[in-house]
Amino acid sequence: MAKRVTGPEIEKLIQLLAKVPGLGPRSARRAALHLVKKKEQLLGPLAEAMGEAHRKVRICSCCGNVDTIDPCTVCTDERRDQSVIIVVEDVADLWALERAGAMNAAYHVLGGTLSPLDGIGPDDLNIKGLVDRVGKGGVRELILAVNATVEGQTTAHYITDQLEGMEVKITRLAHGVPVGGELDYLDEGTLTAALRARTTI
Amino acid sequence: MQWSDQAIILGIRRHGESSVIAEVMTSGHGRHLGLVRAGRSRAMQPVLQPGNSVEVTWRARLDEHLGEFRVEPIELRAARLMEKAISVYGIQALGALLRLLPERDPHPHLYKALAVIVDHLQDPADAGELFVRFELAVLDDLGFGLDLSECAATGRCDELVYVSPKSGRAVSREAGAPYAERMLALPNFLSGRQNAADHDALAAAFRLTAHFLNRHVYEPRGINASSARDGFVQATLKALSPASPSAA
Repeated sequence: MAKRVTGPEIEKLIQLLAKVPGLGPRSARRAALHLVKKKEQLLGPLAEAMGEAHRKVRICSCCGNVDTIDPCTVCTDERRDQSVIIVVEDVADLWALERAGAMNAAYHVLGGTLSPLDGIGPDDLNIKGLVDRVGKGGVRELILAVNATVEGQTTAHYITDQLEGMEVKITRLAHGVPVGGELDYLDEGTLTAALRARTTI
Repeated sequence: MQWSDQAIILGIRRHGESSVIAEVMTSGHGRHLGLVRAGRSRAMQPVLQPGNSVEVTWRARLDEHLGEFRVEPIELRAARLMEKAISVYGIQALGALLRLLPERDPHPHLYKALAVIVDHLQDPADAGELFVRFELAVLDDLGFGLDLSECAATGRCDELVYVSPKSGRAVSREAGAPYAERMLALPNFLSGRQNAADHDALAAAFRLTAHFLNRHVYEPRGINASSARDGFVQATLKALSPASPSAA
């Protein structure tokens, strides 16, 4: 049996850090050591920030976003066009689209996609909230910004079916060649989609 | 242990940060699962989409292990399937049907049928008819096949218009008349009287297969039919409805 070199508190810190995406047992050990060495400058403020986030963080009752206020910052932002809603799978997608800054719209976070293999059905996603939101009126366009996967597109079609009869324009993201992508390495499906969606220069 | 086979991707499940567990329908090894290392990489994600045909090499130390897949693309049709509701629901519903079968149990005829259907999923009439025949084939492989070749009461092979909801056998118009209200309709294209399936015939066929799937499979197992089947049925019937522009 390996001898222990640290106390249980540090071992627990390492075990918890190892559960963070991107960190394995070795990198968690390095991170823990760094935090312990920088106790005053890093470990203390980090613990405080995490404690505060833990106390305040909540899911927005309107769009499903993660924030410390409910409704969230995005939903209460009056400068945004609340008549356009971008539907995303996950909060990470919302953040990615916000980084791009291409649209000044509201969002709706589904919390995943329909996945028969994982047993995720329509009731497990925030689809009913979206239908209710559109049903209240005032929504002009719904942009389905789900992943270009079969599961993502199944979810998009399911949402479209649920909103049938409601007066809202439903659009989805284009599929095609990514910036920096080389045609030689693209799959046939993406190339076909890109050719179909070609634009005039 | 190692083998290589042609396969069609049915689904994937995330495993850790970079790998996935892929579920495939193989030609000679049935529905099979395996770990694909780096399956979430940019290169592998387009390949590991449901509906794509691939060559898989499965490797494990013991036969009962999950094992690892090495995957090579053969035909990537997922992007085409994603275009229409009917095809995207169709491939998910086909996967759900195949999940009713035991894992690693070879069903080469179902693999061949699946390979044909995935190429016709965008045409509502073809997709609907092939899907119904696929459901009947799955029922047959599960031991609950329907006998639609002759009348259960008279032995006649013509005028077959009903199916007994209990025995799953065809019944002729004459013999079934007194019980018509309780009988299930046998669509023309399943009794060989007509080749092309229209809206009404497909609606009847979907009711027929749904009845026997519920009776023999879903209810005894305490599960529900997949929502993808409902989506596929609705999309097919909507496309074939006389009011639909595509049906005109």
